[in-house]
Amino acid sequence: MSEAKTLYDKIWDAHIVDEQDDGTCLVYIDRHLVHEVTSPQAFEGLRNSGRKVRRTDLTLAVADHNVPTTDRSAGIEDEESRIQVEALEKNCAEFDVELYSMDDIRQGICHVVGPEQGFTLPGTTLVCGDSHTATHGAFGSMSFGIGTSEVEHVLATQTLLLTKCRNMRVTVNGALPLGITAKDLILAVIGKIGTAGGTGAAIEFAGEAFQSLSMEGRMTVCNMTIEGGARVGMFAPDETTFEYLKGRPKSPKGGAWEMAVEYWKTLKTDEGAVFDEEIVMQAADIKPQVTWGTSPEDVTTIDGQVPNPADESDENRRNKMERSLEYMDLEAGTPMKDIKIDTAFIGSCTNSRLEDMRAAAAVAKGRKVADGVRALVVPGSGLIKELAEQEGLDQIFIEAGFEWREAGCSMCLAMNADKLAPGERSASTSNRNFEGRQGPGGRTHLVSPAMAAAAAITGHLTDVSDLD
Amino acid sequence: MEKFDKITSVAAPLPLINVDTDMIIPARFLKTIKRTGLGADLFSTLRFNEDGSDREDFVLNMPAYKDAEVLVTGENFGCGSSREHAPWALMDFGIKCVIAPSFADIFYNNSFKNGMLLIKLPPEDMDKLMDDAERGANATVTVDLEAQEITGPDGGLIKFEIDAFKKHCLLNGLDDIGLTLQKNDKIDDYEERQKAAQPW
Ligand code: SF4
Repeated sequence: MSEAKTLYDKIWDAHIVDEQDDGTCLVYIDRHLVHEVTSPQAFEGLRNSGRKVRRTDLTLAVADHNVPTTDRSAGIEDEESRIQVEALEKNCAEFDVELYSMDDIRQGICHVVGPEQGFTLPGTTLVCGDSHTATHGAFGSMSFGIGTSEVEHVLATQTLLLTKCRNMRVTVNGALPLGITAKDLILAVIGKIGTAGGTGAAIEFAGEAFQSLSMEGRMTVCNMTIEGGARVGMFAPDETTFEYLKGRPKSPKGGAWEMAVEYWKTLKTDEGAVFDEEIVMQAADIKPQVTWGTSPEDVTTIDGQVPNPADESDENRRNKMERSLEYMDLEAGTPMKDIKIDTAFIGSCTNSRLEDMRAAAAVAKGRKVADGVRALVVPGSGLIKELAEQEGLDQIFIEAGFEWREAGCSMCLAMNADKLAPGERSASTSNRNFEGRQGPGGRTHLVSPAMAAAAAITGHLTDVSDLD
Repeated sequence: MEKFDKITSVAAPLPLINVDTDMIIPARFLKTIKRTGLGADLFSTLRFNEDGSDREDFVLNMPAYKDAEVLVTGENFGCGSSREHAPWALMDFGIKCVIAPSFADIFYNNSFKNGMLLIKLPPEDMDKLMDDAERGANATVTVDLEAQEITGPDGGLIKFEIDAFKKHCLLNGLDDIGLTLQKNDKIDDYEERQKAAQPW
């Protein structure tokens, strides 16, 4: 009789090519996404050793980090950015890898593009030289970020040497209260477990609050799993998953689709499977979340206050808090709602999908961006941009005074021209509030799309339900 | 990949927790298409003033620690991005070994693949090493991978654990890809089986 397995165990077991005596496994990789920042040195390595890409049919490339989000007809102005994007184009041509170029409507953030094209499928192993690859776990795939040496390893061998993660489950029981989003859920989880709480773990998200999320919401949750230190975040695939994937360009077709769905339905944790760690939370306790510091675990609720380092007993943590508050230029005890912002950023692989655009537009509709606030909306892909425009969302944003941009990573990490100036403060739907993440000296508060839009309207951090 | 067996060096103390990859090397320096040259921007925000001059209070700018090959730091070092530019920048600067209570997963893997040794130690050993490191130029430590030992400035010994396979690769400077390609037949077999079971 076989033992009860978790979802992660099942996918892991199905991909072992070889196991070494010490438990390290050679694991087969089904899908590989490639972008311009972490791949040039990997292709260079292949070239130097005369190796080829083993499975070009399982590899998909797209430039996202460096691309301008304004008019692209003139190319990329910044020379280094341009060289990196050109290097990707050249490498893909040389090694015969499919690439969505900058003027292709399918171009966008790799973690938005993969699912949108049906490249991401349940039960697969999927990697990319980018930590937010965890996003794809929303489909019940084992997806994780890798470094450039591993990118080269996958290109050359379609495998990786891995040790198995421990199994962890985060269950949020009960229905999500009205107005609470996937972003609030995952920020609350990170606030609870800390940025290292998931280290070495594959997290399965379970419970009514998670299961009721759309695919977009599930992607937001899995996307930020890495912010809790975990390598992998996953949802068991269900009807919501199948419905999203049906008919996508790279999804299975015809009889193969039926066969695939049959298999995908088996991808869930068996009754009685044991997790190494279980976290259980109640949806009813979750409120709109916002970060105050320089780590995603530095999170509180919108009706909360900037915490006081003096209340922290651990010396290391107290020092870190003091440093964060100094960097963020915040006083302990300040109500979060009193914090003024200069910029609102709606975008990134966390929150740049159609549902996110709709949530932000619903707040922006008929209102105006506050004086002196810059508000940016950057869709996750060219296709999302098109769909949003068909619904007239672009007009709602533009009329309210938001800038409506082309797809890309943009101000999430400030590698292109979109950045915060030193000292500027943003309400951002991205995933990292690290020092300098959105530009040197920039200060970031992580929030949901509706809250970012609300902050743009009032000029300070705002609870959406306070808007009249 | 370069081999790692034994180094003797001053150890630079960086008593911060959750040092993230953006602190190690900010994204704006990731535009290179090479692996080298990133050391110049290592810890850029901590190391330099806004006008580009050195911040005298940053450990790696102090004369005693300028040539440190060992970094002693706090828990969850290397969290954040998967960018291998973080270990490249450390190595390019001359850091060959980082000692901390814990590391972020991806950073941990990336470092070994570039020949850098990361050592996890329990709090009491960390406290001792951090104290030693703070004594400056006269306090050299020796890290011996073969023996899995760190010798402190006053002769004290600290044992450390390391995964046997990682140790083997580091000691011999082995490249993972070459090792894996020796298993090509097994990969072929796997692909055959998968194609039969999952034709989509
Ligand atoms: S949007 Fe941000 S987090 Fe996502 S891939 Fe781009 S840079 Fe990374």
